[in-house]
Amino acid sequence: MNRETMGSDAAAFAAPADVAGIDRLQRLALIAGGAGAVVCLAGLLLSPHYFFRAYLVGWVFWMGVTLGCLAISLLHHMTRGAWGLVIRRVLEAASRTLPLLLVLALPLAFGMKDLYEWARPEAVRADVLLQAKAPYLNVPFFFLRLVIYFLIWGGFAYAVGRLSLRQDRQPDPGLTRKMQLIAGPGLAAYCLAVTFASVDWLMSLQPRWFSTIYGVYLMGSQGLAALAFLITFALWLSRREPMSQVLQPRHFHDWGKLFFAFVMLWAYFSFSQFLIIWAGNLPEEISFYWVRMQGRWGLVFLAIALFHFLLPFLLLLSRDLKRNARRLVIVAVLMLVMRWVELVWQVEPAFADHHRGFYWLYLVTPLTLGGFWLAWFLRELKKRPLLPINDPYLPEAIAHHE
Amino acid sequence: MSAQAHPPSHPHSQPLIHGLMAEFNSADDLIAAAHQIHDAGFKRVDAYTPYPIEELSEALGHHRSKLPAIVLTGGILGALGGYGLQFWAATIAYPMNIGGRPFHSWPAFIVPTFECTILAAALFAVLGMFALNGLPHPYHPVFNVPRFALASRDRYFLVIEARDPKFDRQDTERFLTGLKASEVFEVER
Repeated sequence: MNRETMGSDAAAFAAPADVAGIDRLQRLALIAGGAGAVVCLAGLLLSPHYFFRAYLVGWVFWMGVTLGCLAISLLHHMTRGAWGLVIRRVLEAASRTLPLLLVLALPLAFGMKDLYEWARPEAVRADVLLQAKAPYLNVPFFFLRLVIYFLIWGGFAYAVGRLSLRQDRQPDPGLTRKMQLIAGPGLAAYCLAVTFASVDWLMSLQPRWFSTIYGVYLMGSQGLAALAFLITFALWLSRREPMSQVLQPRHFHDWGKLFFAFVMLWAYFSFSQFLIIWAGNLPEEISFYWVRMQGRWGLVFLAIALFHFLLPFLLLLSRDLKRNARRLVIVAVLMLVMRWVELVWQVEPAFADHHRGFYWLYLVTPLTLGGFWLAWFLRELKKRPLLPINDPYLPEAIAHHE
Repeated sequence: MSAQAHPPSHPHSQPLIHGLMAEFNSADDLIAAAHQIHDAGFKRVDAYTPYPIEELSEALGHHRSKLPAIVLTGGILGALGGYGLQFWAATIAYPMNIGGRPFHSWPAFIVPTFECTILAAALFAVLGMFALNGLPHPYHPVFNVPRFALASRDRYFLVIEARDPKFDRQDTERFLTGLKASEVFEVER
């Protein structure tokens, strides 16, 4: 539209990202992570048994944000559109936190026996079903699979990210097509790997229970977590130079629409699983909901239905809300909190022994890992320009129509 | 606004027309003109383009459509109706023991409730759309201008209706000509 202003805009983005306050935020994140780590260590010493389930929640939470960002970036390369172009560098930086999360998976190795019944030899000896599942559910294979998943996700994140970086150096329109060609298989591979990962990490917490929709359910959760994070971080960016010149209500509107779609997608998956198991009412399946709908967990179940679905759904119906970044972020933050609640609700009832005195660990671990995650993410974000300056569709994506 | 507030200034000296139509060669010219027309305070304005232009309705000040509210009403009625029908059938009219479940087994009601919500919302959307845009509309004066056929090809048109309170046959024509319109036509009723 307006070529002259575009030219100066592009110049402002040619250098690696420099946002006022980004270093401060990174420092704060590191401090939070460090302080959290001390508390986590105290928790670990107090009770390793209860610590690891909280750690699993924290780790899976940030895996969700990361993998959701990876999947959304692949989705963007396949479909294109201004909504993804202006946030592409954020998505890529979030995808590059995978090495950190792989390292952060290491502590799980010390808690396998506390976490998974199938990892306790005496439990396996006593149960024919666990013996039959042992060729798949065993500790070495668990970590081998984990590494394979990371290679798949990381491979695609790296392949697309490298082309994206090359595009910054030379304006070659063919690169857009190349990234699109990688993104398709990448998205398929992401889905397959997450399906297996969902079985490994969460479903096998109750190794006699199974649900075939669990994998896509986790994908829906990851998409939601990622969008909620993106919208929140985009508000932060939109208040600072240079992105304040770029991000407009129409971009928030687009993310809001996608967010709305994911809210419904998540509800669709989670209700499908619930309805099928409820209708079948078979002992080996219904046990999952039986423990999660009794007593206090029943209240959490209700809270999830209301605040993970109903309230965001009703709020996001409004066009005005989606175009208002600040109000949209309130819904996004609510969703991040509910993602955490939902994960705790997935994990804690899976165990036979509970100790309320250690529930605070569930709060500490996601915040600790989040501090390290955010610091690493910002470090990655600073390495490259904040916008893909040579993308052929960029002028359209950041043009001001009004 | 009452009809008496703005009587036509010279009722007998003016032919009874639908309005004035301006033709533009590009979408940018049209959008720029739409902004100025809106700023000048014209209300009864419509634009015709070969393809949808999103900013146009905003430029003309047509921000709000009542349609979302109509669709939402349809959705709510559909949801209440769908759930209510099942609740009535399963607990009041035909209470039957199915698999030992309570009569009011809400999980089973959700899917039909959802379907009824979508059905009613969609029906309200289609019917509301027809009600608001006045379709079907067998006759429209704009087609009296022969060049208007180009509106579905490569030209952009904008019509200010004569019933607009600010409309004046001569002044408005001069105003439109000044807005980069390639030509201005009188639209017969």
